[in-house]
Amino acid sequence: MSSAVRFETVGLRYDAYGPEVLRDVDFTLPAGSFHFLTGASGAGKSSLLKLIYLGAAPSRGQVTVFGQETTRISPADRTSLRRRMGVVFHDFQLIDHLTAFDNAALPLRVAGQKPKAYSEDVQELLNWVGLGARIESYPPALSAGEKQRLAIARAVVGRPWLILADEPTGAVDDDMAVRILRLFVELNRLGATVLIATHDHELVGRSGMPSLHLDRGRLTQVPA
Amino acid sequence: MRSYRPGPLLPTREGRDVALFAVVAILCFLATFGAMAAAAAQRAADGWSRAMAAEATVQVNPRPDESGDQAAARAAEILAAVPGVIEAEALERAEAERLLRPWLGEAILPDLPLPHLVVVRLDPDQPAQAAALSRALAEAGLDARVDDHSVWRSDVGHAAQTATFAAIGLAGLAALAAGCAVIFACGAALQARHEMVQVLSLTGATHAYIANLFQARFAWLAAVAGAAGALGAIGLLAAVILGGGDQGLTPALPFDWSDIVMAAPTPVLAAGLAALAARLTVRRLLHVAYRTETRG
Ligand SMILES: Nc1ncnc2c1ncn2[C@@H]1O[C@H](COP(=O)(O)OP(=O)(O)OP(=O)(O)O)[C@@H](O)[C@H]1O
Ligand SMILES: [Mg+2]
Repeated sequence: MSSAVRFETVGLRYDAYGPEVLRDVDFTLPAGSFHFLTGASGAGKSSLLKLIYLGAAPSRGQVTVFGQETTRISPADRTSLRRRMGVVFHDFQLIDHLTAFDNAALPLRVAGQKPKAYSEDVQELLNWVGLGARIESYPPALSAGEKQRLAIARAVVGRPWLILADEPTGAVDDDMAVRILRLFVELNRLGATVLIATHDHELVGRSGMPSLHLDRGRLTQVPA
Repeated sequence: MRSYRPGPLLPTREGRDVALFAVVAILCFLATFGAMAAAAAQRAADGWSRAMAAEATVQVNPRPDESGDQAAARAAEILAAVPGVIEAEALERAEAERLLRPWLGEAILPDLPLPHLVVVRLDPDQPAQAAALSRALAEAGLDARVDDHSVWRSDVGHAAQTATFAAIGLAGLAALAAGCAVIFACGAALQARHEMVQVLSLTGATHAYIANLFQARFAWLAAVAGAAGALGAIGLLAAVILGGGDQGLTPALPFDWSDIVMAAPTPVLAAGLAALAARLTVRRLLHVAYRTETRG
């Protein structure tokens, strides 16, 4: 089976004399797999995701995404790689001066699609995450849970091959958390590789999906 | 379902744009008016050298058996017959005294040895050469010196050229300063929109796509500011022409309504320059960001 993500003795330091926040991280996510990423606060979950979506470069070792080494990638390849990923950021990273609709449609728009072509899909997706009535609202006017759902809509709108979600259920109630998890499971069933960082052990237990566990920058539990 | 019109990715109005708009408009005004002044200086130089080329002055030294006025009159008659001469007129002593009286006073004038001059008006299209005039006078046995103003003409030409270069140089400096202002503002805008740029990049926008956003925004701003500056320059031009009489401000800088064409390229040049400055700035900053994301 081909791998979607592969880490080989990866280390990460944010600055040259600072501590290594990830140490000797080694794992492979097969294409089409579904994993959780757990660990205490500060263990390095967000940092690990950042290495995958090319938000940072490893200080040592090698990160490979869909067969491409991230440290040797050209700007053009980096862009096409990012277009195949959907990321739910911990802090959502929504654009405040764009409506919910425009935020959700952003990946399609920057990829050059015309509004005519995507309007219907985007609206349908926003309905699905319960934001059908808020498509004209701007992010500052949304509740934390609504922002989170909008961030999720944006992450999945482009039918990505790889979904990375950083605590995607942190700000929503249990019913919505289950609904969101169902969305990810459904997308995974359609072929997407999914990696979800979370504190929510109940959610992990309920889903029955495997997880990777980080302890102070080291991976202590790897998928079989 | 209704069709949906996406909003602009970069907010259209921002407070700090006002200052940039003012700076670019003022610099465009200076550059445009500088170009108009260069055109006027060029025109002045042409006018003066034409006027001087169309005139020569002849100084006659009378023979002992002839009075100065007689010699000058004879010279005028001979010169008038030379091809390329339209008119030759002796400046009589009485006329010369009249011109000098206000400066020198009555007392010394009668004893003053005045040069005997003939003013020659030449055909501007085919002026007679100084040598031809000298030859005609010599053949008639007149001792005279011909001055065709060529020394002055080259001085005036140099002065006008210097003025033109200075005006062009100032216009160029203003354009350069406008470009620098845009580079500076574009860098600041990119910094201020750093998070948004990051999001665009993470959601799959290419460097070119992001650069286009900033490029279009600054090109538009510069085009409007350039048009405002150009209109200002046209306004000043009109004030100078209308307020300065028929001859323009002074005969030294004869502005003309045709100088308005100097304002036409200003908005286009400003937009082009701003687009280029914005594009290069954004591409450079994005490339630096790319390096840190992929090389650590
Ligand atoms: N940009 C940064 N610069 C410097 N240090 C950072 C940066 N981001 C994270 N760190 C440090 O790296 C370590 C891991 O942080 P990270 O955000 O990956 O943890 P996490 O597991 O996601 O935590 P949480 O569950 O609280 O989100 C922490 O010690 C943090 O202080
Ligand atoms: Mg985190």
